[in-house]
Amino acid sequence: MKPLDPRLLKHARTTRIFLVASVALGTATAGLIIAQATLLADMITRVFLGGATLGDLRTPLLLLLAVVLGRTLVAWLQEVAAHRSSAAVKSQLRGRLLAHALRLGPRWLSGERSGELATLATRGIDALDDYFSRYLPQLVLAVIVPVAVGARILLGDWLSAVTIATTLPLIPVFAILVGLTTQRKMDRQWRTLSVLSAHFLDVVAGLPTLKIFGRARAQADKIREVTDRYRRATMSTLRIAFLSALVLELLSTLSVALVAVSIGLRLVEGGLGLETALLVLILAPEAYLPLRQVGAQYHASVQGLTAAGRIFEVIETPAPSTGTRTDLPVDPVLRLDAVTVAYEGRDTPALDGFSLTVHPGETVALTGPSGAGKSTVLAALLGFVRPDSGRVLVDWDDLADLDPDAWRARIAWVPQRPHLFAGTVAANIRLGRPDASDADVREAARAANALDFLDTPLGERGLGLSAGQRQRVALARAFLRDAPLLLLDEPTSNLDAESEAAVIQAVRRLAANRTVVLAAHRPALAALADRVVSLEPAAVTA
Amino acid sequence: MILRLLSFARPARGRLALAVLFGVLALGSGVALMATSAWLISRAAQHPPVLMLMVAIVAVRAFGLGRGVFRYLERLTGHDATFRILADLRARVYERLERLGPGFHSGDLLNRLVADVDAVQDLFLRVLLPCTVAAVVGGLSVGLAWALLPSAGAVLLCALLLAGVVAPWLTATTARRAEHRTTDLRADLTSHVVDTLHGAPELIAYGAAPARLAEAARLDRDFTRASARSATTAGAGAAVSALAGGLAVWGSLAVGVPAVRSGALDGVLLAVIVLLPLAAFEVVNGLPLAAQYRERVRRSGTRVFAVLDAPEPVPDPETPTPLPEAPYTLEITNLQARWTPTAPLALNDISLTLTPGRRCAIVGPSGSGKTTLTAVLLRFLEPSSGQATLNNTDIRDLTGDDVRRVIGLCAQDAHLFDSTIGANIRLARPTATDEEIRDALNRARLLDWIDTLPQGLDTHVGEHGAQVSGGQRQRIALARALLADFPILLLDEPAEHLDVATADALTADLLTATEGRTTLLVTHRLTGLDAVDEIIVLDEGQVIDRGTHTDLLSRPGLYRTLWHHEQPPEPTLIQSA
Repeated sequence: MKPLDPRLLKHARTTRIFLVASVALGTATAGLIIAQATLLADMITRVFLGGATLGDLRTPLLLLLAVVLGRTLVAWLQEVAAHRSSAAVKSQLRGRLLAHALRLGPRWLSGERSGELATLATRGIDALDDYFSRYLPQLVLAVIVPVAVGARILLGDWLSAVTIATTLPLIPVFAILVGLTTQRKMDRQWRTLSVLSAHFLDVVAGLPTLKIFGRARAQADKIREVTDRYRRATMSTLRIAFLSALVLELLSTLSVALVAVSIGLRLVEGGLGLETALLVLILAPEAYLPLRQVGAQYHASVQGLTAAGRIFEVIETPAPSTGTRTDLPVDPVLRLDAVTVAYEGRDTPALDGFSLTVHPGETVALTGPSGAGKSTVLAALLGFVRPDSGRVLVDWDDLADLDPDAWRARIAWVPQRPHLFAGTVAANIRLGRPDASDADVREAARAANALDFLDTPLGERGLGLSAGQRQRVALARAFLRDAPLLLLDEPTSNLDAESEAAVIQAVRRLAANRTVVLAAHRPALAALADRVVSLEPAAVTA
Repeated sequence: MILRLLSFARPARGRLALAVLFGVLALGSGVALMATSAWLISRAAQHPPVLMLMVAIVAVRAFGLGRGVFRYLERLTGHDATFRILADLRARVYERLERLGPGFHSGDLLNRLVADVDAVQDLFLRVLLPCTVAAVVGGLSVGLAWALLPSAGAVLLCALLLAGVVAPWLTATTARRAEHRTTDLRADLTSHVVDTLHGAPELIAYGAAPARLAEAARLDRDFTRASARSATTAGAGAAVSALAGGLAVWGSLAVGVPAVRSGALDGVLLAVIVLLPLAAFEVVNGLPLAAQYRERVRRSGTRVFAVLDAPEPVPDPETPTPLPEAPYTLEITNLQARWTPTAPLALNDISLTLTPGRRCAIVGPSGSGKTTLTAVLLRFLEPSSGQATLNNTDIRDLTGDDVRRVIGLCAQDAHLFDSTIGANIRLARPTATDEEIRDALNRARLLDWIDTLPQGLDTHVGEHGAQVSGGQRQRIALARALLADFPILLLDEPAEHLDVATADALTADLLTATEGRTTLLVTHRLTGLDAVDEIIVLDEGQVIDRGTHTDLLSRPGLYRTLWHHEQPPEPTLIQSA
């Protein structure tokens, strides 16, 4: 994994500002480190060899205090910059993710994906906090500080500079070498780890089943045993994996020790001054410190970049091209012309060469067992699902050429499991026509038998209403929409007989002068239709 | 809380102590390296014979080597100890869950619990270990400085406390305060985002996506502004830490110089006391991260203890009655049950007798109390009044395990373990031969399908049985229940979550397979029920009707209404698809 994902710079511009700020602050840090070392070396030498008193050191002591305050300020600024930037970057990514997810459409978002994206957009993205506050600044420091410090040491004692310059690059080289050899093994080990957690979860989730078959108690030892086996396997990997850290530590501390001994010996011989020696001794560990820190923060980087990478994958998924024509035919004949739709991961297509003609003003009921493709027909008419072969025609225009928003503006749709948004029932009904008057909303609610709970506050995903009530709200939504084409997906499946009768009455009224396609399971609903079309599961007809 | 968590460390106490020792040696080597080097260089400046420096030179090299090696050993020992603790902790949590029974957990809760148990291990590796090592090495460094010059020791002590205690506390406090300030805004944004993604089809169909996104952007802006506002205080901890480090060096110099002049400190040692803080401050570096982990561990630990401390809902009797002899008659009289003490009765006054070989069905809409009945019969839930007896022995006088030897369940959400089909079925009777397993599969009408699979019984079912279809999953569960050969078999909505055709086929096969066996079928689909001896219609926990299929259809009531709902519509005109 790259330490800095270029896509982060592309999709979240704040990252660039943050990088510039980090470079500026990193340069300041390097300058302050060198200043501090210079002042310390100077003062210690003057006291130890020159007999200076506290009074003689007034100026350098004040300067040192200034350096200390400067480093404090830089540390504070770095945190502030990290905090602000990560908040801004998260906001930018979240906005793009949400907008693009909606652009990708319901078919792409279906199934587990919407839940996964919701987690990613909210909690998952927080992993970037540590990436910005811990990893990126250290990465910048790891580039600037060793160079600056190395240059300063070079000015004082070239021999030490050479020692550092030869060992320092070895750290990333060795880290990469050891990393490469252990990476595959580590990956496998991580997989074992997830298998292990999965085993525990599997056993715990199956506890009722285990109890029923009287096998629950025996599993405790099994859990101990599996975890223990995993421990042994992991330890053998860790012995190698930790080698990269060992090399890193050995190189950095051993080099400092070598430098210290070398300058000590040259001091004895008189080849080097105490002040320079102290300067080198203070600076040498500073050259290695940022690199060691970067290694320690590797974890923060992986988590942050994984979350970001997942977001980029979504953002960079090309959205399906859409038609642009907005001059739609009035009262068109709708035709499904040998439409085949196959969903990913299913063996049999949801629709296999299905044809259907719906004339304006007609009410058509689709019947058939679940899985026969009734909902897919409605999805195709909505433009949610592009046929894999065949065409959906509006008069003789291919639906794919029409502007989808303009087309959907003429449709009222009631899905099988309607989604209600947090807020009020009235606000949910208004989704169909935001500028509708209160009286219109009440009228639509009355028609859908939903007047009783019009003012009920709703939690997330319509929490607070029963399935039947939710369905009636969705119907009211469609009624208020007042669109010429009505698509209803089993609109009475969750209703009791009484509500069903009332809703069917309302649908009958609404169907007048409109084109209606409805997926129907109940006889009473199918009776509404001018025509019933029976669908068979594709596998059976094929 | 943390103290109680520490008791989990018992199985690996020795190893943890060893890890601490290695950690101290590693970090101590770093500090000693700097101190010895400082002395070496100062002394060298006085041009002594090289021989007098030999000990220091060897020490410097040894410390340079020791740090990496000891750090390596610390990490290995620490991880090893942690894994040992984890193994024990998992087993303990599991044992407790086993006693609590299935009433306790939902899927989400379990997922979190497993993550919480994993998180608790961080206490040892990422909190306890670094904190102890920091305290010991910090103390030793202060001690060394103190021995050389007490005032320098005092300076270092104050600075380390400032960086090691005050700074992390400050970081934690400001973070908590900032979180508190943004909690509501974050919750608003999160629920809006979640709602938007789940409701995407409606938003797109109704052209409402742009307005919804604009609202999201507004909430996001409010939240981001509030988070950015707290940035100013967020840096406080880091600033204090940096300040403490600088002041330690500065202070040591300020007290060291007069001490050298007054003769209280040998000049050679001035560099030692000034440079010692530079190295010693490395001990506090890991503490902010440790504080972060501590917070996380505390939250996870609370949830783990909530499980460990939960009272047992259905305790076994102190002196259980031995299990009566087969054949078994199950008699339920005026049974009432509720899931929590304050909840309404989920089961209200049910009576029912299952003589050997008799088959009954319990039907009714969802929420009518059908599943509650199976939970009571399996001793997963204590009845609030009334009783259930096996051959006239109250099941409360038997151990839960004994009751479940007689009464078995094939549940709607029967769990398939992530293993092979064969292993999942063999679970019911580990000693079963392949022939017996094939026979059970045959009775569940799955054998033909199994025989088409290239790996047959050794086919993996995947996590939660994801590799097999819903109908196959239920049939595997049925085969398992048949193999267990329970004298009394409960079937709880075996056809739930299946499409109508599959469900009806399964129900039919199920009724064939259980012929002659004492069976209680709980269902809300009515197709096929003409095969059972008695049907009990439940609504809101109460028996509202009972009789045979023909009886019940002959009179108006819930059963007939449900039956009519279930019939497919008569197509008035068929256009071929």
